[in-house]
Amino acid sequence: MTQLVDYADAVRRFDPVLGIEVHVELGTRTKMFCPAEVEFGGDPNTQTTPVSLGLPGALPVVNGTAVEYAIRIGLALNCQIAESCRFARKNYFYPDVPKNFQTSQYDEPIAFDGWLDVELEDGTVHRVEIERAHMEEDAGKNTHVGGAAGRIHGADYSLVDYNRAGIPLVEIVTKPITGVGDRAPEVARAYVQALRDIFRALDVSEARMERGNVRADVNLSLRATPDAPLGTRTETKNVNSFRSVERAVRYEVSRQAAILDAGDTVVQETRHWHEDTGITTSGRVKSDAEDYRYFPEPDLVPVEPSREWVEEIRAGLPELPQAHRRRLQDEWGYADAEMRDVVNAGALDLIEATVAAGSSPAAARKWWMGELARRAKQDEVELADLAITPAQIGELQGLVDSGRINDKIARQVLDGVLAGEGDPEQVVVDRGLEIVSDDGALLSAIDEALAAQPDVVEKVRGGNQGPVGAIIGAVMKTTKGQADAKRVRELILERIGS
Amino acid sequence: MSTISRDEVARVAALARIELRPDELDRLAGELDVIVESIAKVSQVATPEVPATSHPLPMSNVFRPDVPEPALPVDDVLAGAPEAEDGRFAVPQILGEE
Repeated sequence: MTQLVDYADAVRRFDPVLGIEVHVELGTRTKMFCPAEVEFGGDPNTQTTPVSLGLPGALPVVNGTAVEYAIRIGLALNCQIAESCRFARKNYFYPDVPKNFQTSQYDEPIAFDGWLDVELEDGTVHRVEIERAHMEEDAGKNTHVGGAAGRIHGADYSLVDYNRAGIPLVEIVTKPITGVGDRAPEVARAYVQALRDIFRALDVSEARMERGNVRADVNLSLRATPDAPLGTRTETKNVNSFRSVERAVRYEVSRQAAILDAGDTVVQETRHWHEDTGITTSGRVKSDAEDYRYFPEPDLVPVEPSREWVEEIRAGLPELPQAHRRRLQDEWGYADAEMRDVVNAGALDLIEATVAAGSSPAAARKWWMGELARRAKQDEVELADLAITPAQIGELQGLVDSGRINDKIARQVLDGVLAGEGDPEQVVVDRGLEIVSDDGALLSAIDEALAAQPDVVEKVRGGNQGPVGAIIGAVMKTTKGQADAKRVRELILERIGS
Repeated sequence: MSTISRDEVARVAALARIELRPDELDRLAGELDVIVESIAKVSQVATPEVPATSHPLPMSNVFRPDVPEPALPVDDVLAGAPEAEDGRFAVPQILGEE
């Protein structure tokens, strides 16, 4: 087992350099080079054509929508869009690649030379330079039979489903990410997360990590000092959650530091990430680029997006997540720290929808970051997974604003909604929670309270209004909290005649 | 002067999973030499203004609309598979062969 160097110690003595490759499956209806319909979860091999199976004589035709999506991604990442580019064959043998080559792009990617500003949780911004974004196709899915728990090591044989083979992918490759020091894991995570948000905003992919719509390969190397030449890197493949991206980088920093400390050299190789144990293990030794024997795809003609088309796509780009966030913060008047907390808690979309449902931004934030955050934490679920919708919170706040219930009762209404008793209005009616606004009912409760506390009445008559609270408290108790405290106060003062 | 060595032929053959006999390696090294030399001559003539050609047709932007068409029936898909299981192709273990 590899010895590890403590992370903090490792980043004190070494300068980590990252490189991240992100694959995103595009949300087109059909595959990249054939009209097989793409639908998640179909029975094995029900979404193929002779093209995606690589049958002899089958000819590919490019999906125009996939090209448009790739251009959208390129533009959102501040890239140049190639005036002309080609597809290339990347040749290798693996059962999930039925043609024995992957149709990809090599020296002529559709987009290149971009950047993305990535914001860390504390608000620090790091600019990540984008080398290229190119179009390619996904591979099929191998299921390993026998051996330990479906792992490739020790498997007896494999079963292959080609439904996924040929789904359009865009691969986004960064330039070496330097100058991040001990924050390398956070930068890696924030970058992948920012990309996921952009894919969703652009509507080019559902970008669901758990379905493998977005997959990250993380390259990492260490060097003694920031001005030393780049060290030997490893590439950790298929790190498929934000948290894993962060953990995988930390692990590789600690592992490589130990190797360098021992005076050994890091082997340039592909490594596998193990979600369960949080470690990486050696995969195959990384092939040289020429081992793939790339050559231009003879079955496809070049893609030459006209400048008019590119500008049309640019003009149609939606507001991107960062700009969106900035605009909302301005509109809502949240402080920087408040906004960051909202984003980090995954509450931004929820609050936006709650505001759209009529709530004030302040009240929406109070609900989602307060009471609801507490309940989500208690139940160990994400905010978005609570059994209550932004529209219901908007309705609930509307009931408070109109004075029909107070804040305290609102929490009981929340209980009812979360328990599946219906919308807030329904819960208020069914549970009889509406505020007692009938003065007659309030007055009898007040008289009772006044009779019980004659000393308070004396003090108030003497000009000291402080003790009124004690009477209000008694009335609220009698009415089970369903009284409007302001009105109760008015009535008490009227009654005492001060 | 030979530019393609016998070892290089053997390496490329291995990458392409083509099994070659010793006499074939010798013959192909010679033949590939001729091809490489021919291309070198073309390269001398071609100036940077001549764009690389990967395709004989003067065409670009041949796109298909993103509209589904019926998939191949599963029985047809698996008809050529030496072995299948649960609607999937069964293949020998993967890492063992490396």
